[in-house]
Formats: sequence, C-alpha cells, structure tokens
Amino acid sequence: MSALSDTRTGARDGRPPGGTGARPLAETAQQRERARTIFEKGAPGRRAFEPPALDVPRVDPDRLLPQRFRRSEPARLPEVSEPEIVRHYVNLSKRNFDLDSGFYPLGSCTMKHNPRLHERVAGLAGHARLHPFQHPGRAQGALELMWRLERALSEISGLPHVSLQPSAGSHGELAGVLLSRAYHEDRGETRTKVLTPDTAHGTNPATVAMAGLEVVKVGTSPDGGVDLDDLRAKADESVACLMLTNPNTLGVFDSNIREIADIVHGVGATLYYDGANLNAIMGITRPGDMGFDIVHFNLHKSFTQPHGGGGPGSGPIAVSDRIEPYLMTPRIVRLEDGSFDLREDGYPKSIGRLRGFQGNYGCFVRAYAYICSLGAEGLRDASETAVLNANYLMARLRAVARYLPPAYERTCMHEFVLSGAPMKRELGIKTLDLAKRLLDHGFHPPTVYFPLLVEEALLIEPTETETRETLDAFADAIRAILAEAEEDSEIARAAPYTTPVRRLDEAGAAKRPVVRQALPAADGS
Amino acid sequence: MSRYTALAPADREAMLAEIGVSSVEELFAAIPAELRLERPLDLPQGMPEQDVFAHLRELAERNVSCDDELSFLGGGMYDHYVPALVDMLMSRSEFLTPYTPYQPEISQGGLQVMFEYQTAICELTALPVSNASVYEGPTALASAGYLARLAGGEGRFVVSAGVHPHSLETLRAYARGFGAEVAVVPLRDGVTDLGAWREAVDGATAAVFFQNPNFLGAVEDAQALAAVEGPVVVAAYDPIALGILKPPGECGVDVCVGEGQPLGNRLDFGGPSFGFFAAREEYLRQMPGRIAGETVDVDGRRGFVLTLQTREQHIRREKATSNICTAQALNALAGVVYLSWLGRRGLVELAELLLQRTHYARETLCAIDGVEPLHTQPVIREFAVRLPAPVAEVVERCATRGVNPGLALREENALLVAITEQRSRADIDRLAEVLREAVAA
Ligand SMILES: Cc1ncc(COP(=O)(O)O)c(C=O)c1O
Repeated sequence: MSALSDTRTGARDGRPPGGTGARPLAETAQQRERARTIFEKGAPGRRAFEPPALDVPRVDPDRLLPQRFRRSEPARLPEVSEPEIVRHYVNLSKRNFDLDSGFYPLGSCTMKHNPRLHERVAGLAGHARLHPFQHPGRAQGALELMWRLERALSEISGLPHVSLQPSAGSHGELAGVLLSRAYHEDRGETRTKVLTPDTAHGTNPATVAMAGLEVVKVGTSPDGGVDLDDLRAKADESVACLMLTNPNTLGVFDSNIREIADIVHGVGATLYYDGANLNAIMGITRPGDMGFDIVHFNLHKSFTQPHGGGGPGSGPIAVSDRIEPYLMTPRIVRLEDGSFDLREDGYPKSIGRLRGFQGNYGCFVRAYAYICSLGAEGLRDASETAVLNANYLMARLRAVARYLPPAYERTCMHEFVLSGAPMKRELGIKTLDLAKRLLDHGFHPPTVYFPLLVEEALLIEPTETETRETLDAFADAIRAILAEAEEDSEIARAAPYTTPVRRLDEAGAAKRPVVRQALPAADGS
Repeated sequence: MSRYTALAPADREAMLAEIGVSSVEELFAAIPAELRLERPLDLPQGMPEQDVFAHLRELAERNVSCDDELSFLGGGMYDHYVPALVDMLMSRSEFLTPYTPYQPEISQGGLQVMFEYQTAICELTALPVSNASVYEGPTALASAGYLARLAGGEGRFVVSAGVHPHSLETLRAYARGFGAEVAVVPLRDGVTDLGAWREAVDGATAAVFFQNPNFLGAVEDAQALAAVEGPVVVAAYDPIALGILKPPGECGVDVCVGEGQPLGNRLDFGGPSFGFFAAREEYLRQMPGRIAGETVDVDGRRGFVLTLQTREQHIRREKATSNICTAQALNALAGVVYLSWLGRRGLVELAELLLQRTHYARETLCAIDGVEPLHTQPVIREFAVRLPAPVAEVVERCATRGVNPGLALREENALLVAITEQRSRADIDRLAEVLREAVAA
C-alpha cells in the first residue's frame, strides 16, 4: 500500500480520469462554437456603433485628404452587433481561470485579492476622465495623490526620492540600470558590467542588455543566499551595479545583505533592489536600510492591482540622494503654498523620460487606496500573514517531502521553492505534469521551472489573502496527485482532463507560427 | 488584522503550531536585528472602506476632468466615447484578475483575445505580424529602436521632429542605453522636411522614425518618408486615423507602433493604456513582448498559446528581444472589443466624421482675427493654430469659461486642438466664441 494512499482523494471533477490515454467527453457543438474568433462571426452589414450625425457642412473628402494618402479598402474588422460582441467575449471569459474564483499561488507574482473598492475609485470621472495634458493647476487632486503615494513608497522603501513613471517592474529595472550608468558616467567612470545572481528573474539580465551593459552572473551559496566569495571575486571597478531581490526568488532572506552592500559599495558600484518580493517585508525591514541605492516596486504585486491577464502594471522606483540628480522627468513638486506642479526643467543631469505622460496613474489610484486602507499596521500585517501562510503551506507539504522536498530546509519568507526532482525520478512525473493535474483540481499551479537554479522547480506564493482552508485544500490536492501517481503516473502525464482544452502543441505553434486570423479578401472571395 | 486577510487568532495559533514555531516573529529570524524597522511605518492610520472612498472622491473632485469642461485636449490621448460594453467586459473577474496566460489550458479566453487583438492590429496596419501589446505609445517606439538595433546593427537613428515629444525623449533615453545616436530632422510647413530627411539618411543609418499624423496633426507623406534604402523604417500611427489613412504596410513601413488609448481606453491621466507593435514578417523573431499563436490540443481542438517565447526574457535572459514581462493585456482587450464595436464600416465612418469636423473647426478658428494655421497640411483629427496673444494666458481665460481650448505649444505660441466624435459642431462654435474673446482680451 502506498505511503500516501490514506490521503488519496482522486480527481475532484467527479469523473475518473480514466487512466492511460484518457479522452475527454466528446466535444459538443457548443465547445466548437466558442473556439471561433470574432472575425469568424457576424455578417456583412451588421454593426454595433452608430456614428453621430454629420453636423458640419460636408466638404469633398478628397479635398481634405488627397487620395494618395487614403486607404483603398476598409480594414477588415468584424461586422457584429452588440449582442454578438457581448456573448462572444463573455463566453471567452469563461475559458479563463481567475483569481476571483480560485487560488492562484503563482510564485513571484503576488496574486493577492484585488479589492473592488479600487476599481470604484479609479473609475471616478475626476480620475478616469482626467486628460494627461490637463494643466497642473487643474489636476491638483491627481498630483497630490501622486505626491502622497511617492511619500508613502519612500517611507516603505527607506529611500528618499521616488519616480512613479515606469510602467511595470521591468521598466523600473531599466530606469534603475540607466540611472546607475548615468551616475557613474557623471563621475567620469565607464563601468560596463552588472552583476546578477543566478537566481535572478529573466527581466534583470534582459534589462542589463537593453541598457547596453554586460551581465555577469554571481553564484548562490548552499543556504540560498549570494555566494560571497564569488561576489568578491567578481566585484571590481568595472561593475556598475548589483541587482538583487531580497528575499530572493528562492524565498530566502539573505542575512548577509549588509556585507553584500559593503562589497558592492566598496568597489564604487550601486546596489539595485528588485522589489518583486516586497510583499514579505513591508514595515519589517526596508531596502534603503539594507544599503540599496535604487528600488523598484511592482504596484501590481505588493500593492494589489488586478493583473488583467498580463497587465497593466506599474513599476515606480525609489532612489538614494546620490542617484536623485539623474531621476526621470517630469517630477512632482510641492510648492511653498502647498500646491503641486509637474516640473521638467532644472534637472540637467536627468536621464529624461522613459514613457509618455506621468505613468500608469490608474494604478497609482489603486495603490494609494490600498495604502490608505491598510495603513502602517495593515501593511505589516499583510507581510506577516503572507510569510505565515507560506510557512504554513510549506509545513503542510512536508508530508510529501519524499517527492517534493523544499529546495532549502529553512524558514521561508512569503514564498518557497520545492524541487520536483525526486518526484520525476521515482514517479516518472515532471513538475509540468503535477501543474497540469492541479488544473483538474481547480487550482492555478505555482510558478514552474523558475528559479532556474532548482531542478524541476515549483515556486509557491500563497499570499496573505488566502484562508487556512484554501491552503489545506491545496496541500491535499498535491498529496492526492502524488498518491494517484504512485498507482498510475500516466494520469498526471496526460492531464488535464477537465479544462476547455487539453495540452496544446506549443512546439508546433512555434514552428509554424499562426499569429493572426487569416481573413478572406475584402470582396468576399 | 486588515480586512483583506482572513486569519482569525485561532487560525494563527494552529498554523504556528503546524510550522513548529511559537510566534510569527520567529519566522523573520533571518532578518538581522540591525536591519529591523523598530517603529511603525510613518503612514496615516488605516481607514475603513467608506472613508477611503470619501478621501479618493475628494481628490478626484479637485481635478477638472473631461466631464467638467469642454475639452479639446489631445496630443496623443483623446476623449473618445468608450462604449458601456467595454467597461462591462473589462470588469469581468475572468479578464480582470488572472495574470499572463502561462497555463494555456485554463487561459484560452485571454489567449484568444490576444490572437484577435493581433489580428485587428494587423488589419489596421496592413502588416502581417503584431504582438499582444507593449506598455504604451512612446515605449513602443523606443522598443522598435531596440528591434532595429538587434536587426540592423549599430548605426544611428534618424527621427522626424514630428514625432510626439514624449516618444522622442523616450527613444533618446533608451538609445543612450543601448548606444545609438539620435539625429532629428526638422519640419517644414508642419511636415517632415523631405530634403533634409533624405540627406540625413545614409549608409550608417540603422533606423528612421516618423509619426503619422504627426504631433502637429499633419498627415505626412508616408510613402516618401519610407522610401529610404537600408534602414528599418519605423512609424507611429494614430489607430483612429488608420480608418482612412493608407495603411503603413502599403507605404513601405517595416515596423508600425502607436498609442492604443484612443481604442476604447480611458484617459486615466495618461495610463494605463497600451502600445501596439506590428511589423513585417522578417522581424517576427525580433519582436518584443508576448505573442499568441494558434495551435491544437492533444485531441485536435483549436487552441491558443503564447508562442515564440524564445524571444523573451524568461527564456533568453540577456539575449532577449526586450525586457518586457507584465504588459497591458487588459487594455488591449478594451482595444479589440472597441474595434469590434466600431466594426469594419464604423471605423471608417468615425474617421470620416473627424475629418469633416476637424476641417470645420480649423476653418472656424482661423476665421478669428489674428488666429492662423500653424501649417496648411491635411489634418484628420487635430490641428495647430498660432495665436495673436500669449497662449498660456489664452488657455487660462478660456478655462474660466469652462472651455479647455487645447494643448499650449509655447515655443510656437500655438494651440493644438483635438476633435473627437464627442465634440459637436455646437461645441466647436462655443470654442470659437470663447477663444475669440480670449485672444481679444
Ligand atoms: C523577481 C521578479 N523581478 C522582476 C519582475 C518583472 O516585473 P514586471 O512583470 O512588472 O515587469 C518579476 C515579475 O514578473 C519578478 O517576479
């Protein structure tokens, strides 16, 4: 009898997966219907939009826009009525899993609950219908909100200056590396390298390359922190910056951070904090106090923005005094009379602008509302609870450590990494298979195969907004899948069974890319 | 305990026992004492939901939005009507709250939306490939610069002065990073000076960039600008103007980018919106960002996945074509829903209406004593006029009468005036009346 068979519950979908080569129930006409795109629906002459009447004297359009500048055929957009559009997209939406309906422990992404209050306040006309070129004197509420958010982020990060401009985390990273470059160049130094640990998120090295610098990898010590000897060997005067997450992507807080900072600062380089994991430490410790010069925030993670199926996000940065002269423009300034302004001039060393307008203001409204709701105590509670939930789930999963051991046998922060290597060896199922079988149990799987350092990695981040019951149910599902695999590993290998589609041919998709709907010619032929 | 966490004291006790520690404090033992913040964060006390709402509403009320005045502001973002169905679909949990579709089996909705969005952008631009969105307009242009750098080598960038100033500044900041020199070609009577353009482009040019209609609203001769031998031709387009403009794919443009806000997105004081990014087939593998592709599942059913991921940062790391990860999927959803709502004929009708009203507005304003067109080029939805009085003062005078006459272009002492379908003839007449008095004052 299996060691785990007492916890075995089997698939929850109510129908047995059916073992090897299982086929789902026959596809219904309804399922086929949903896989048609909007371009394959409708009919010539259907419409949803009715244009306002032409209320000005009509001038021959050829006089206004010469023929040679005109398109000869309308763009082949759909021809559909409003009810068709609504039904099409509502049905499509039902083919998505989402955070509002279920547990989403996607490590490194902080999928915490999105309060609906935020949608309501962001939708107020004074915010949502404010034009970005509105005169600052008539956008005082917005500028004050941004200024207050800057001050809050400064306090949370322990760094004095903030720019809200970057559009997401990786954009904040680009800002940070460009700032670091500008700082060194202003001192007459050409530094060409950026150190990134081998646990770093892919955006870190990609950013370094975009900023025209060279990536140098730093190793990880057996306890999951930065390998100090390797760091010492690589830190020299050619290094512009070290990019670090702390806690890092292994869920480990690097206790040597002070020493790391000393090594990096000792060679005149700057220290960059990838704030994707800020959710572990809000109100507990601050990047600025650890010695970081530049921090990015992922407002969509730590400060709970709906992730939108892949954005929008927002990636403000906070910097130390020595980096401030190079910060992007425009900047929000508070004038002596207490009013606010946007200022472009007077920052000769600024790296300039990294996007249009003032940043993703709609995200600022939500993040600011969140900070107002939680306050200092609530933010600290969020981090403490996130860490408690992660450690609890890790403890619950100790029961399956034989197959899925923690990558590091230590207390984790807000997330933790398991290795599926023994599971693969002993049960013949990979981390990917486990993830796919979890779909049948109604859970979004953790992040898989990241960080790269850990074989068959599963990065699990439950967040603070989940209940104990949810964490228990997730742990039970993992145990059930492993117990099932002890009996018949093919079940997981062919999973999922209950999803709108089953495993998709990704290799084929990349080999013969079809990235748009082929449409008939405009004349209908 | 905050209202968004759900652990009761008894839960905490039981969970700590399961972990084998006696306090939450112990879980943070790895953080050295000297790094602990030994005081509460210096932030205001948390507030109940209704108080936060009241506070955020109070801040909103101190902004003058497009609901509060008659606004002719444009310059990249426009006050188009957003149909109710866009709001409804964007606020559905299933679109609003998931993340990037890493697990395609449970993300077919989002992936198909991306595929449809890409199709719509390809149709608008007459270019064969599109990604699933980038951050917004200016970064889209700068990312095209990085594509040109990867594809075309180390040469310099030649940029029309008609490109939106934010795009130009963004391109400059990005290019300083990856090491491309930027040369700007001036305008002549509102459009890129073709002679200077041809002179500036040489064998050492990696890419050229122009915008259509350009920042001053003028329609550029895209075919003439694109007729340069060698460099990657990048053009930023207004998606609404593409309803009637010859599509960039038919003008010799290699990469077409643009600000997606006019397509069903709110103004939001500048974001979030989305940037679109389409290109010729040969650049498919150098595109930034996510791309959805069609495929089949093991049972042969049609499905969609993120494809060509070997371009991306999570696989290729420093060799990636871009660092972008979180993009603007929800805003792109609004874009494709909006385009479906407009439909094949609606987009043309909308652009034609803007063409007529914009012409009317230009004529009407230029009939005011001392007000002159800044240029005489064709315009579609926006135009610039020079004023006989200091523009900043004129804008202030108009504001006191509830009219925002447009964007002040200080250097030219001009106004950039934008028209949408929400600005009727009566609105334009009112603008003319208020402006006449403001310039005469
Ligand atoms: C550790 C880490 N760094 C950086 C990023 C990039 O952030 P974004 O997706 O907001 O660009 C992510 C997230 O996806 C991340 O997990």
